[in-house]
Amino acid sequence: MKKGNMRLIISLLVVAALYAGGFLIEHTAGSKSMVVTVLQKGAVYALIAVSMNLLNGFTGLFSLGQAGFMLVGAYAYAILTIPMAKRAAVYQYYDGGWVQFTVGVLPALLVAGLVAALFAALIGMPVLRLKGDYLAIATLGFAEIIRAIVQWDTIGPLTNGSNLLKTYPTLKNIMPGNTVLFTFLVVGVCIGLILLLINSTYGRAFKAIRDDEVAAEAMGINLFRHKQMAFVVSSFFAGIGGALLAMYQGSLQANSFKSAMTYEILLIVVIGGLGSVSGSVMASFLFIACSEWWLRFLDAETMLGNVQVPLLAPGFRMVVFSVVIMVVVLFFRKGIMGTRELWELGNRRQAKGGRKS
Amino acid sequence: MSENRSQNANVLRLKDITMQFGGVVAINNLSLEVNQGEIVALIGPNGAGKTTAFNCITGVYQPTNGEVDFHGTPIAVNHPQGKMIRQYAGINPDAYKNRKPVVYTPDKITRMGIARTFQNIRLFKSQTAFDNVLIGTHLRRSSNLFTATFRLNAREEKANREKTAQLLEIVGLSEEANELATSLPYGKQRRLEIARALATDPTLLLLDEPAAGMNPQETDELGEFIVDIKNRFQLTVFMIEHHMNLVMDISDRIYVLDFGRQIAEGTPEEIQKNPVVIAAYLGVDEE
Repeated sequence: MKKGNMRLIISLLVVAALYAGGFLIEHTAGSKSMVVTVLQKGAVYALIAVSMNLLNGFTGLFSLGQAGFMLVGAYAYAILTIPMAKRAAVYQYYDGGWVQFTVGVLPALLVAGLVAALFAALIGMPVLRLKGDYLAIATLGFAEIIRAIVQWDTIGPLTNGSNLLKTYPTLKNIMPGNTVLFTFLVVGVCIGLILLLINSTYGRAFKAIRDDEVAAEAMGINLFRHKQMAFVVSSFFAGIGGALLAMYQGSLQANSFKSAMTYEILLIVVIGGLGSVSGSVMASFLFIACSEWWLRFLDAETMLGNVQVPLLAPGFRMVVFSVVIMVVVLFFRKGIMGTRELWELGNRRQAKGGRKS
Repeated sequence: MSENRSQNANVLRLKDITMQFGGVVAINNLSLEVNQGEIVALIGPNGAGKTTAFNCITGVYQPTNGEVDFHGTPIAVNHPQGKMIRQYAGINPDAYKNRKPVVYTPDKITRMGIARTFQNIRLFKSQTAFDNVLIGTHLRRSSNLFTATFRLNAREEKANREKTAQLLEIVGLSEEANELATSLPYGKQRRLEIARALATDPTLLLLDEPAAGMNPQETDELGEFIVDIKNRFQLTVFMIEHHMNLVMDISDRIYVLDFGRQIAEGTPEEIQKNPVVIAAYLGVDEE
């Protein structure tokens, strides 16, 4: 018991240090610096990656619908929070739109999650009866369908068709100067909830389903209901993540939620380790730092003296990423953390763990 | 043993069970009974349909024809329908024609009180021995997703952990509680599977070759262990086993299956003398 308390105190201190660090970095480096961008986007992606890990890593459901649920969440948030005064301008092609009220940022985030969860509950009913690759294909299809429907002209007064949604509260204008702290707080609470869930009796049931469906069912675990739960919870947090992404981006268009986005998140999850929350979080910051900052030079045409450096041209970054994916899948299948968590590294029993893939 | 039989309270009853996969009849018209407090063995050569019978009882398969009752309640009723009628190779396809099919998924049947182990051990491989057993307590939960996430079920969780620790002690695996389940030696994995099955609070325990791969000494210990847990948890045990010493030692009654058909039923003494059984196991001189 005492050891547990000690652990709790240490983890709380670490979390507090992270928050303080984020706060300090933003105040010393300034809100527009690259570090801050990485911290904001990295945190948002961390939440989405963890939500995807709950499904792919902990429940063993290979789903590729994450971008779809993010889109639903992002739209729900944006639609609900655009200020009344600006609705006419945003929905200029649709007579000001159908929604004629505005809610606060936090309730809107919650609704964003709930709407995404509702979609997941509806889609899960037929789709979760599929297994393996078929589930992946069906969820991928769903995400694409959602993207098409959102841009449908008939529901334009709701979604603004294929036009931009903008002027909703963004990270920059709800807590000016403390954007990192805000993102960290929301993401921290969400990931904390996911961790609590994973370590509860339901989390154990999810892992049982991942390890052996037949045995899990023989233990009295209702496969469909538990898969549905994991799917809905994962989508709830993906929805919130999508809303945060919309806040980070400042404007919103359905076309940016392509399946490529799902693959990016899948890459983060795999690099971090399927079945490791802390792995997903670390991989997410690493990935965002590389793609937004450290590897940017790959896309820039560079002159070394009078010679142009070969290969460095727009798009080369993506080539490097593709190679990284292949290397990871071929040689580091367990990712950074495998199925372990950062705080379990000292434990012998967990060290022997690690799932065969 | 005989006093158990006189009680004659049916725990499990199979009536005319036929299981057909395409043209292959895995079980043909099997009827059997398992009574309260008995240890009943199902034996037979490889491929006789023993595990298929278990799968019909636990809801993994839906029998093509026949009825399974548990404590008098039907848990599986079926008769050949549609395309199956033409292909059907079993006996009396029409017997259950007027019955409404009953289909339960394995998890529901486990909740009713039938727990099982598997022939090829199916432990949750990424988890510790302790967690493997703890998962078995999940089905009797009173918590839901929210109360479990916010730890409002702390009392239940604590009780489950105590129960798990107790079960591990009973099967003699307390020291290995924090070992990864798959890192345990074979015999201990089998015991762990039994502990996990017991965690679901069963009244009927189905053991699929519990002594497979064990040496004679381990097998003897397992026999005592099965009798012990049977008495301790007031279980009824129905098992598939190949180790004849074990079967003859602890079973009250034995059913013998060959090519999907029941060829004999009786006490261990009767089975040992039964010429049909001897023929099935050793082959007959064809002269």
